[in-house]
Order: sequence, then C-alpha cells, then structure tokens
Amino acid sequence: MFLTFITFLPFVGAVFLAFMPKENENAIKQTAVAVALTDFLLSLLLWTNFDNTTHKMQFGLNIPWIEAWGINYHVGLDGISLLLYVMTTFLTLICIIASWDVKKHIREYMMAMLALSTGMLGVFIALDLFMFYVFWEFQLVPMYIIVGVWGGPRRIYASIKFFLFTAVGSLLMLVAIIWIYFHIQQTTGVATADILYITEHLDVSLDVQKWLWMAFFLAFAIKVPMFPFHTWLPDAHVEAPTAGSVILAGVLLKMGTYGFLRFNLPFFPQASYEFVPMVAWLAIIGIIYGALVAMVQEDLKKLVAYSSVSHLGFVMLGIFALNPYGIQGALIQNINHGISTGALFLLVGILYDRRHTRLITEFGGLAKIMPKYTICFMIAALSSIGLPGMNGFVGEFLVLLGIFQVNGLWAAFATSGVILAACYILWMFQRVMFLELKNPKNMELKDMNTRELITIVPLIVLIFWIGLYPKPFMNTFDASVTHLVSKVNPDNFRPHQEHKSDSHGEHTQLLTPNEMASLNHKLQMPNKVLIKE
Amino acid sequence: MLLKLTCLVPLFPLIGSIINGFFGLKIGKNAVGLIACGSIGLSFLTSVLIYIGYIMLPEGQHVFEQVVWTWFGAGDFNVDFGFQIDPLTLVMMFVVTGVGFIIHVYSIGYMHEEYSYYRFFAYFNLFASAMLLLVMGNNFLLMFIGWEGVGCCSYFLIGYYFEKKSACDAGTKAFIVNRVGDFAFLLAVMYIFNIFGTVDFTDVMHAAPEKLIYGGEIATIITMLLFVGATGKSAQIPLYTWLPDAMEGPTPVSALIHAATMVTAGVYMVVRCNVLFNLAPLTMTTVAFIGGGTAVMAATIGMTQFDIKRVLAYSTVSQIGYMFLACGVGAYTAAIFHLVTHAFFKACLFLGSGSVIHGIHGEQDMRKMGGLKSHMPVTYWTFLVSTLAIAGIFPLAGFFSKDEILYHSLMDGNIIFWGMGISAALLTAFYMFRLVFMTFHGESRVDPSVHPHESPKVMTMPLVVLAGLAAVGGLLGVPLIHGWHILHNWLEPVLHFDLANALQHSEHMLHEAGRHAPSWAHLLEPKEHNVWIESGLMLFSLVVAIIGIASAYIFYIKRPDLPAKFTEGQWGFDLVQNKYYVDELYDDAIVQPTVEGSKLLWKECDAKAIDGAVNGAASTIGWFSRQAQVFQSGFVRNYALFIVVGFISLLLVMF
Repeated sequence: MFLTFITFLPFVGAVFLAFMPKENENAIKQTAVAVALTDFLLSLLLWTNFDNTTHKMQFGLNIPWIEAWGINYHVGLDGISLLLYVMTTFLTLICIIASWDVKKHIREYMMAMLALSTGMLGVFIALDLFMFYVFWEFQLVPMYIIVGVWGGPRRIYASIKFFLFTAVGSLLMLVAIIWIYFHIQQTTGVATADILYITEHLDVSLDVQKWLWMAFFLAFAIKVPMFPFHTWLPDAHVEAPTAGSVILAGVLLKMGTYGFLRFNLPFFPQASYEFVPMVAWLAIIGIIYGALVAMVQEDLKKLVAYSSVSHLGFVMLGIFALNPYGIQGALIQNINHGISTGALFLLVGILYDRRHTRLITEFGGLAKIMPKYTICFMIAALSSIGLPGMNGFVGEFLVLLGIFQVNGLWAAFATSGVILAACYILWMFQRVMFLELKNPKNMELKDMNTRELITIVPLIVLIFWIGLYPKPFMNTFDASVTHLVSKVNPDNFRPHQEHKSDSHGEHTQLLTPNEMASLNHKLQMPNKVLIKE
Repeated sequence: MLLKLTCLVPLFPLIGSIINGFFGLKIGKNAVGLIACGSIGLSFLTSVLIYIGYIMLPEGQHVFEQVVWTWFGAGDFNVDFGFQIDPLTLVMMFVVTGVGFIIHVYSIGYMHEEYSYYRFFAYFNLFASAMLLLVMGNNFLLMFIGWEGVGCCSYFLIGYYFEKKSACDAGTKAFIVNRVGDFAFLLAVMYIFNIFGTVDFTDVMHAAPEKLIYGGEIATIITMLLFVGATGKSAQIPLYTWLPDAMEGPTPVSALIHAATMVTAGVYMVVRCNVLFNLAPLTMTTVAFIGGGTAVMAATIGMTQFDIKRVLAYSTVSQIGYMFLACGVGAYTAAIFHLVTHAFFKACLFLGSGSVIHGIHGEQDMRKMGGLKSHMPVTYWTFLVSTLAIAGIFPLAGFFSKDEILYHSLMDGNIIFWGMGISAALLTAFYMFRLVFMTFHGESRVDPSVHPHESPKVMTMPLVVLAGLAAVGGLLGVPLIHGWHILHNWLEPVLHFDLANALQHSEHMLHEAGRHAPSWAHLLEPKEHNVWIESGLMLFSLVVAIIGIASAYIFYIKRPDLPAKFTEGQWGFDLVQNKYYVDELYDDAIVQPTVEGSKLLWKECDAKAIDGAVNGAASTIGWFSRQAQVFQSGFVRNYALFIVVGFISLLLVMF
C-alpha cells in the first residue's frame, strides 16, 4: 500500500494543482516542490527498509483489477527497480526546482511534471504485463506535452517523432504481450499477465522465444536508445526544456534498459544468450558512433544527447555480458548516467537561461566570470568520461570487466570509447570554458545562484559518493542480480558439455590449473623470441 | 604502530587542496602558501615515521598493507581502497613528498604575482595527493585512480593560463594522449583479473610464476598492454608528443609533474609489475628498444630547440627512455636509481630555468639570453651542478645511475642497447651544455630594457637543496664495491625473482598441456659481476661525456659562428628541429580523419541515412493516407455506394 501511495502521490498532487488559482504562481511552485520532496523522502524510506539479502519482490501489493481477464494490480520492488525508483523521485524533485523560471503556463507545467513522475514510477513497480504497458504508454503523454508545449522552436517535430518512435516500438511489444497471455492461458490454464508468474512458467521453444524477444527488443532498444534507433533522442533533447531533458536522460532511457532486465532476460534466457553477439555489436557501434558524432556537434545539448547514446551503449553491453560484473555494472551505470548526464543537462540549461543559445561557438572563456559554474561543469564532465574516483568509472569498469569475460575483442572496442569520450568532452569544455572571453554578450554573465546550486550540488555529492563508496548502492541489487544471472546461465538450457564449445568467446570465470595450462598452451608463442646476447 | 599512519600521507595534501580550493581567495596568499607547503611537509614527515615503522617490522615481513574500506565489487570481484608500504613505495613516497615539498616552497616565490595563486596551489596539492595514491595503492585499480588523477591535475595545470589557446590545446592533448595509454592499461587490468581473479598487487605477483608460462602469449599481451599504458604516462615513443607541449604550464609544474614525479609513474608501474615483465622476454626487449630509441630520438630533438623549457622537456623524455632501457634489460634497481637522481637534478634544472625566466621577465628563448652568470650567481651554480650531474660527470648523482644502466644494458642486454645508451649520453652532455653556454655564458643577448636579477631566497634555497641532492644522490648506489649499493639492498624484497622456480612451473604447465618446453637452461647460467668491465665502461662514458661538453664548448663559446654553418639549409637539421614532423603526422593521419569522418557520420549517416529512412517511412505512410482520403469524401451518397459495392462483393464471395 505504501508503495502505491508513493507512486500516486505526485499524480494526486497534479490533480490538486489543477484546482489552484492560476495566478498564484509561487503557491503552485511551492506545492509542487512540497509534493516532490515528500515523495522523495518517502521513497528513501523504501530504500532504508529494503531487504538487501533477497531477490524477492518487496513492498508488494496484489489485488484484482480486471478480474474477467485475470489482470491484477500487482506492484512491488526488487533490487533491479529500487534504485531506479528512488532516482525517479529524486530527479523529479531536482527538475521541479530547476524549472523555477518557467514563464509559460507554470501550473500546467508542474502538473505535467508530477503526472510524468507517477507514470515513470508506475513502470518500475508494475508486476503485471498489462499494467506495465499502461504505465509505459501513459508516461509518454506528459512527456509529449512537456516537449511539445514548453520546448524549443522545432518542438512539434521533435515531440511527434519522439511519440511515434516509442509508440511504434511498443506496439510490437503489445502483440508479444498478448501472445504470451494466451500462451500462458493455454499451457498452464491460468489466465494471467503476472510478470512473476510468467517468468516462472513461460516455456516456449527457442524459435518462438526469438520472435518474442525481438518484439520486446524493438520496444526497449528504441527507448534506450540503441544504434540505429537513436535519432529521435538528439531531436527530443534539443527541443525539450531543461527539466524535460534531465528526466528524459535520467529516467526515460532507463526504462529501456530496465525492460531488458525485467523481460528479455528472465522471460527468454536462451534467446537472450543467442542474441548476445548482435546486441553486443550494436552496443559497441553505439558507444563509438555516439562518441564520434558527439565530438563534432555544435550545439551543447546535442553533444550531451549523443554522449548518452554512447553511455547507454555501455549499459547495454553490461546487461548482455550476462554475468554479475556486467549486469551490476550496467545497473550502477544506469544511475551514474542519470546523475552525470542529468547534471550536464542542468548546467547547459543554466547557460541557456542566460544566453538563449547553446551553440559552442557563442561561448569561450566562461571560466573567468563563472568560476562556480566552471567547477561544477568540470566535475560533471569528468564524471561523464569515467574518471576513477568518480561514479562513472565504477560502472564502466564493471561493464568492461564483464564483457571481457565474454570476449576480449569486444572489450577492447568498447574501451576505446573512453578515449573518444575524453576527446568530445574536453574539446567542448575547452571551447566553452577556457580561452579568451571575447564575445561581448558573455561579459556580464552571472555565476550560478543559490537555487541553481541547490539543484547541482546534490548531484556532485552523489558523483563522489558513488565513485568512492558505491557499496550502499550496489548492495541493493546484489541478490537480484545473482538470481537473474543464475537464470540466464547457459547451463540452464544447454545440455552439459565441455566449456570450450561456446558459440562466442570463452565463458571462463575462474580457471582451474588445467584449464589454465590448456589456455596457455593454445596461446603459446614460438620460443624463438627469447633474446640472447 | 607508526604504520597505521599510512592513510594520512595522501590525505594531508587532499585536505590542503580542498581548503585552498574553496577558501583560497578569502584567506590570503600567505595562508594559502603555508597550507599548501605545510600539508605536503606533513606528508613528508609522516613518510619518515612510516619508514621508521617499516624498518621495525619483524624479520621476513616486507609488505605492510592497510585496507581502509572496500571500494567496489560485483560477484567474486572485489577491490579494496587499500595502501601498501614496501621498499619501492617508500622510495617513491620520499621522492614525491620530499621533492614535492621543495618545489611547493619554490612556487610560493614563483607564483607570487598570480591572481589565481590559490587555484594553482589547490591543483598542486591535489596532484601530490593523487601521485601518492598512485605509488601507495595496493592494487591496480587504486593505482589507476592516482594514475588518472595525476593526469587530470596535469591537465588543469598545463592549462593553468587558460586564456592562452596554446595552453588549452596542450592540456587537452596531454589528457587525450594519456587516455590512449590508459585504454591499454585498463585492458591489462581486465586481463589480469581474468587470469588471476584478483587485481591486488601482492596476490598477482605471488601467483604470476605459477599461472603464466614464461614467454607465453598471455604474459606477453598483459605486459605489452601495461607498457603501452606506461608509454602514455611517461611520454615514450609513440605517445611522447604531449610532454614538450606540456611546457605551457607554469615552470614549477614542469618541475614537479613533468620531470620529477608524474612522468616517471610508468617506470614505477613497470618496476612494480617486475614479476610479470620478467615472464615476458618479448615485452622486455620491446621495452628496452622503445626506451633506448626514445632516449636517442628525444636527445637529438633536444639539440635543436631554442626554448629553454622545451630543451629540458626533451631531455626528460630522453632520460625516462634511459629508465625504460634499464627496465627492459631487467635492471630495475638501476631504473629506480636513475628515477631518484633524475628527480633531483631535473627538478633543479627546471626550477633553475624558472628562475632564469623569472629573472628576465618571462623570456624563454635562449637566443635572447646569454651572459646571465654574473646576474644570477646562485641560479647559475646550482644549474651547473645539476647539468654536470645529468651529463654524467664524476662524482655527481647522474654519473652513478647512468653508468649502472649502461653497464646492465651491455651485460644483460646487448651491444645495441648499450650503443643507444652511450650515444644518448653523448648527446645529453652536448645539448645540456649548449643550454648552459647559451643561457649563462657569452655575450648578453637579453633585451636591453630588461634588467636581469637574481630570484628571491624562497626560490634560490630550493635550488641549493636540490643541487646538493643532485651532487650527493649517487651515494645511494655506490658501484663496484659489493654490498655498498644501498638502493639495491633496499629494493631486494620487491625485485626478488626466482627464475628457476618460474621456469619449472612453466615446464610443468606446458607438460600438462602435452607440449615440450623449450630449453631454458641458458637463462639460468649465473652472471658474473665483472668489476673490470664496469670500471672500463665508467671511464669510457666519462670520456664520452667530456667529449660532449667539449664540443658544446667549441660550438657555443669558442666559435659561435659554427652552429649556423652546420645547420643552415640542411634538410636533416630541419627534420630534427621540426621534431621529425611526428605531430604533423599524427594530426594528418589520426586527428583530422577522425574529425572529418565524424562529421561525415553525423551529416550523412545520422541525418540522411537513418533519419531519412525514418522520415521516408513516415511520408510513405502519409502518402497512403492521402490516397485513402479519397474514400473519406464526406458525401453520404459515396458512402452509400461503397456499402452497396461491398455488400455485393461479399455476396459474390460467399456464394
């Protein structure tokens, strides 16, 4: 019940706002902040009461909803969704504070933000496929409105593109959901769309698994977004208002990766295993392609948007390493990306509020007049390129470590992303913050004010906290990941045979001395390389 | 116990950095300087206490580890935030905190006129902290925090004058080139975890002889990757191009980061992983070749530069090449020995050049110096001592460390390695004295409006201390007499490697895999330490150094017209002076194609191909919709017609 309360509190707040007088802008903003803050604090209670030791759903509630079809209102949190849930309430709060200066229709804006929050929270707690689908589609609407009403000049194009891309992807998912529903009804005699039940009882041949997997894949890959389904993202980001971008990067994209962990992997373990090479290559292309294209962007927001494509490539790579390192890395990287990229979008937004442009060429030398801003930007940028000691490194390294276990070459390609990341971030940083302050329009720029600092500083604290002591975060999903990994372990669906006959790469974990020797033997070099004097 | 203080050593400068960074403007310059120097001074004193604690450890215990907390982990992978104290770490700690402290003090004077004095010291302290993490971490990943941390501070400090485009470019270049090395380093760490199941130094080094086959591909790949990491940080071929550009930073930065400490991190790392490298002869040969090659190549460029700091920068690249040459032939002690002595004399040289630049108001071109000897006596004499040390003149520090490397490169390596070493020695003596003669001797070519003056005490005292160290540092490794090589005895626990045992394990592993082990007997033949050869080599290299100095004397004092005659119109000289056009090559072959290719990807692939397909699909659907529009005409009679037609066709189909 508590979970439901937290999830719907923002929505109730939105409805409440609708009855407030339009003119009283301050009261509207304060109410919105109060709702978001309450929601965030309550969600922290979930975290402190969360039992780290089990992979089972917690804070669960299961009541019939549409009884005739066996559809239930079934919610709960496990390690995979907990942090995403808390991050959603957290970023909602930050975004509402960051949107203080929205001029147009402030009441409707706040309503949309709060409604969006409920939609997103619902996605992460839904344990019934139909309920999930409802929330999945529901959160599109406020986001569509936020981009379409409060967005930039090309907002209509961007919002329609965003909406259609996502909706087309999810249609196939709906088909797959309906198929699964009837299949479960036929095989087990239970008419249900319960996710946990399906996870346990779905038993289909590999061919069918592959088709269903593809249907889910399309929906989530568009959302993530994976190359080549990413082109809606830069447009949406550029046109969205600052808070919209933060939510988009911080939470909406994570629904895609969450979907893979909640559906693709546990529902279709064997198909997931079969598709590892495809996903890995798409992810690697995404990492490199996103970074390269980010490098030559002229618009700050577009640059950050393309960098998201690159970062999410890491997350996908980690998930499809199918081992604890990779998946844990992917989960923490989900959070990291929300924090670092969220911070970058907020910072770009701060600049945009002052100058109404985001073109890199318009800036230069800001370090001189905006020292606080520069430091914050630097920290966010460095965290985004994975400097060790900051949050990005922990996730990236675990992901790479995970994929290295599967295939060293993939790891090498993906690791090259860290070089390219340094290129695009530092080059941009240099052109915006360093060099001479030449543009007369920038001479009078004001440094960050208190309200802006309030939105950024918590993110910076998190950057270092996760970078130096990620344990409190990573402990939450340890048990769930272990369970998930045991589920997708190839030994479950493959007749026992020797280790080497893997179709791709070696799944060598800890080598026994014998395996070690044979591996060494395989790689043994001709001994003529020994140097004599 | 004194060793419990370990974690404080990197903590002091970190705290100093935070205080100066946040409150530097408020507390005033004196307080900033005091906090910065005080914090690193405290680190030095703590290091002394730790040293005392270390030598009181019971017999047979060579490593002290202190785990502060568990950093992160997943599955069976766990990495600690832990420190380790062993002889190698202690040597590095003393270099970093000791030389670091001296340079901090010097900076108080050098940076005094700067507005963002506090910013400089915040970065400087942060650097010291990261460098200490690098040398004290007990595992590869903690080392990597320091490794990237120092790179990051170096980026800030190179770009300290951020309004200058050249400074920004240099900083960015340094960071990105370093990242290329870090990429390889990261891969190496992953591979190491894959093989050993841990990234802890002690565990990995302990297990290496049992898990890696001597000369096997795994050992070779891991060490090659590590070495590529080292070439990035330590400015070796092919990743050395960032270091000369890094001279855009303030001179104390060049002294501390780009001479004494950070750039030698690669050497430290190779020595730290000596067990792995010992198991990979192919890598060792590569290391020696790259090191020797870099030593010679950088020295040739050093002969042709006119910017005083750039000469010193190439000299640094060249001297680090020496250290890698030593590593490559397995003479790790010699590498660390040279690292230490180099820290003394090169820091002194850089600070001396800073004093010169300070004294003639920011001029760095040696063609506009000359005759400064009388104006800056302290700077001159300390500079001269250090120059003699780097040239390898008896009995200064460089003489001992360089000769040890030359001796080992001949005895444990081959004549080619020695040849590279000795020619680099010749060139070093030449270009260093070219520098001294052009700067301090001869006619003054200083702009008449500038009145050269000696630097204040706060700057000259550090010079004197460093020159003193450069003079007596050789005592750390007295050659020839058995047992007098203090550094050798001290590092023995770290460098101890039982080759026979490792080969036995390798044979066993090969045997289990059903393969024959090659004959490794010749590797185990004991090597005689030949005192006569060593003394002969010393004499020879002394003669070589004197030849170098003498020719510099002829070229730049006796016949100052000669250099122009030799160099004018020579394509070879142009080639060297333009640094073999390597920067241009990288720019044309890598940077430009990447940028242009990325633009192409964006405009063609992203905007046209992918988005084109998407928009195409949308407009196709739109077109079909418009065709279907015909049926939605709004006229009731049309709808009626469709109903009738439909009904009739339905009937036809059904019957």
